[in-house]
Amino acid sequence: MKTITLEKKEQLQALNVSGAEAIVKILLEEQVATIFGYPGGAIMPVYDALYGYKDKINHVLSRHEQGAIHAAQGYARVSGKTGVCLATSGPGATNLITGLADALIDSTPLVCITGQVHSSLLGTDAFQETDVVGISMPVTKWNCQVTKAADIPKALAKAFYIAASGRPGPVLVDITKDAQFELFDLLYTPCTYLRSYVPTPRLDNRQIEAAAALINKAKKPFVLVGQGVILANAEQELKTFLEKIGAPAAWTVLGLSAMPTDHFLNVGMLGMHGNYAPNVKTNECDVLIAVGMRFDDRVTGNLDYYAKQAKVIHLEIDPSEIGKNVATDVAVLGDAKESLKALTTMVEANDHNEWVQSFRALEKVENDKVMQAQLYPTQEQLSMAEVVRIVSELTHQEAILVTDVGQHQMVASRYFKFNNSKSNVTSGGLGTMGFALPAALGAQIGQPERTVVAFIGDGGFQMTLQELGTIKQENAQVKIIILNNNFLGMVRQWQELFFDKRYSETEISSPDYVQLSAAYGIAGKRVAMRDNLKAAIAEMLAHDGAYLLEVMVAKEGNVFPMIPTGASVSDIRLV
Amino acid sequence: MKRYTISIFTENFIGLLNRVSIIFTRRHLNIESITASESEVKDVYRYTIVLTTTEEQVLKVVRQLEKIVDVLKAFYHTDEETIFQEIALYKIRTSSLSQSNAEQLVRKHNARVLSLAEDFTVLEKTGYKEDTQAFLEDLASVGVLEFARSGRVAITKPMKELAAYLGELEHLN
Ligand SMILES: Cc1ncc(C[n+]2csc(CCOP(=O)(O)OP(=O)(O)O)c2C)c(N)n1
Repeated sequence: MKTITLEKKEQLQALNVSGAEAIVKILLEEQVATIFGYPGGAIMPVYDALYGYKDKINHVLSRHEQGAIHAAQGYARVSGKTGVCLATSGPGATNLITGLADALIDSTPLVCITGQVHSSLLGTDAFQETDVVGISMPVTKWNCQVTKAADIPKALAKAFYIAASGRPGPVLVDITKDAQFELFDLLYTPCTYLRSYVPTPRLDNRQIEAAAALINKAKKPFVLVGQGVILANAEQELKTFLEKIGAPAAWTVLGLSAMPTDHFLNVGMLGMHGNYAPNVKTNECDVLIAVGMRFDDRVTGNLDYYAKQAKVIHLEIDPSEIGKNVATDVAVLGDAKESLKALTTMVEANDHNEWVQSFRALEKVENDKVMQAQLYPTQEQLSMAEVVRIVSELTHQEAILVTDVGQHQMVASRYFKFNNSKSNVTSGGLGTMGFALPAALGAQIGQPERTVVAFIGDGGFQMTLQELGTIKQENAQVKIIILNNNFLGMVRQWQELFFDKRYSETEISSPDYVQLSAAYGIAGKRVAMRDNLKAAIAEMLAHDGAYLLEVMVAKEGNVFPMIPTGASVSDIRLV
Repeated sequence: MKRYTISIFTENFIGLLNRVSIIFTRRHLNIESITASESEVKDVYRYTIVLTTTEEQVLKVVRQLEKIVDVLKAFYHTDEETIFQEIALYKIRTSSLSQSNAEQLVRKHNARVLSLAEDFTVLEKTGYKEDTQAFLEDLASVGVLEFARSGRVAITKPMKELAAYLGELEHLN
């Protein structure tokens, strides 16, 4: 293919190999050490080939393909590598769809390889035939189908290049069974260029100058930090930039951990359940500097009342994000690392101490009205926040936090503290319940030396709890905390606040989780009393192996502050 | 709201049209016409899509289109910035040709006879949609057995040569 230029790397060559073996050799060439998957008819040749490479590639057998792809996401998010998934045709492939959608909206690099029926059967409704390319098209950055062994190398080369470059995302390559069986001479060259694809826009100095001019004039600059900073490995550049201009910075749920919680310019979380100060101050700043974030509606609230007084600077790698939701005065297109570096040289050193202190004043209001009561409750029932606080303390802010979706996710995002980047794994854009357990497994495999703690609701846990089996089989040391409120808590909170407490189908029962984990061979415990909580958490963290801790928390606890739907960020409610 | 012509230049891969159309359906935008053909550059395909919407929407759509990995470039233009044409074919009974006003109509609308058989005749008219529509309406009195109109083919006035853009793209990478 003339659209691919050669890198000065050695080429991979092998004569007379099957398509399936070529796939495995290519994975090795792409430095893939771990893959997540589940076998089946149409992918069997690849599994057969894997059998011969057991010592080189670690295959993690999930209990459901959704588990495999969420694990691959967790792996990718903490390691910065591309997650790789393998599944069979039909139901195997359709079970990947939720994970693909999740990875696309959260910009996670994945390469998914699905088996497909024999090419002569395509379009005939053959057994386990689904139009996987068609179904996955809206939820992949790129996808394709391969029907000949000779086309496998180019397709996979493109797949790995596209998944990881620019704004990362999931790609899918659907490979027919006959292509997997077919013998051919393999020649593999990694892809580093496609003429139709500009992964990283080139920095434009005029944009940098325009942005610097605005920043230099600003009296109340405010920086919004998204996952783009983490994906670009630009944490240090961000810190240098912030400290030079002396501006306060807040993060989105996915930008969490990009800067240490305790940094003096870190003013907390944006958005619906974010902190009081950054939401209110969004409508007071004079220059808003967004870095690698996409102004999601959960961050902006009502756009008609969002930062109208401010000049907006947007540092972004994806041109289609510019002006998508918020009108931008200066767009700085490019990789966040490069953009921040360039911008830092152009801005004047500054100190906006008074402005920063104004955030601290509101922080105190939030602390007095909300946080203290959550973190150190005096009522009998346990709060989610105190559990999060103790885990954060006992892990010395060094752990990787994995959260599912719901109240516990917002509470953990608000109160867990971080020293290191790439330490937060959650389903932000899609809000996929069931994400956390498999993602935690993947995160543990991606960072085997680090402590991985997963906070999961009793609802979300029951969506993918079968992955306890995978965790056991892999001997992954995941620490699982179920915050059990006997409710689909986040939905119940909305019913309480906006639907007259009509708790329609949000009360949910649970199995005995301690017995359940025991049945899987995983240690576990249940706590309901404050007196036992800290010791139970310490025991969990000290345990050599996976551990499940069920904490019975207040049934009808609510997450505050909150920006009600349709309200402005500055109308955030404290109670 | 205004009528825009979007020109999309793509690699020639299976499934791309699907990826392109998803961008319109997701935003609930109605495509008024679409044509596809190879462009002046070998192996580069050109889709011409016409729709009526706001400039803000069309700009966002074009950015989304350019985000598709296998799309080389996408542009949008107003009717004033575009030279465009459509073709329409009309099948009528040959016997009705002898009706008094049939010849007048063909002359008035500058149509031509494309094919003449014993039982039916096919007329052709090129022009703007309004023109081909007017002819259709006039022909109704004669009786139209079948009618088909193409999508818009368009050449844009202010566009650089595609080759120049391809050159720039090579440069960017
Ligand atoms: C797959 C999926 N289905 C439904 C929802 C809607 N939803 C969002 S939060 C939530 C409640 C989650 O309850 P639980 O897991 O118990 O966590 P809690 O809010 O109580 O912490 C629901 C049902 C979702 N996000 N994902």
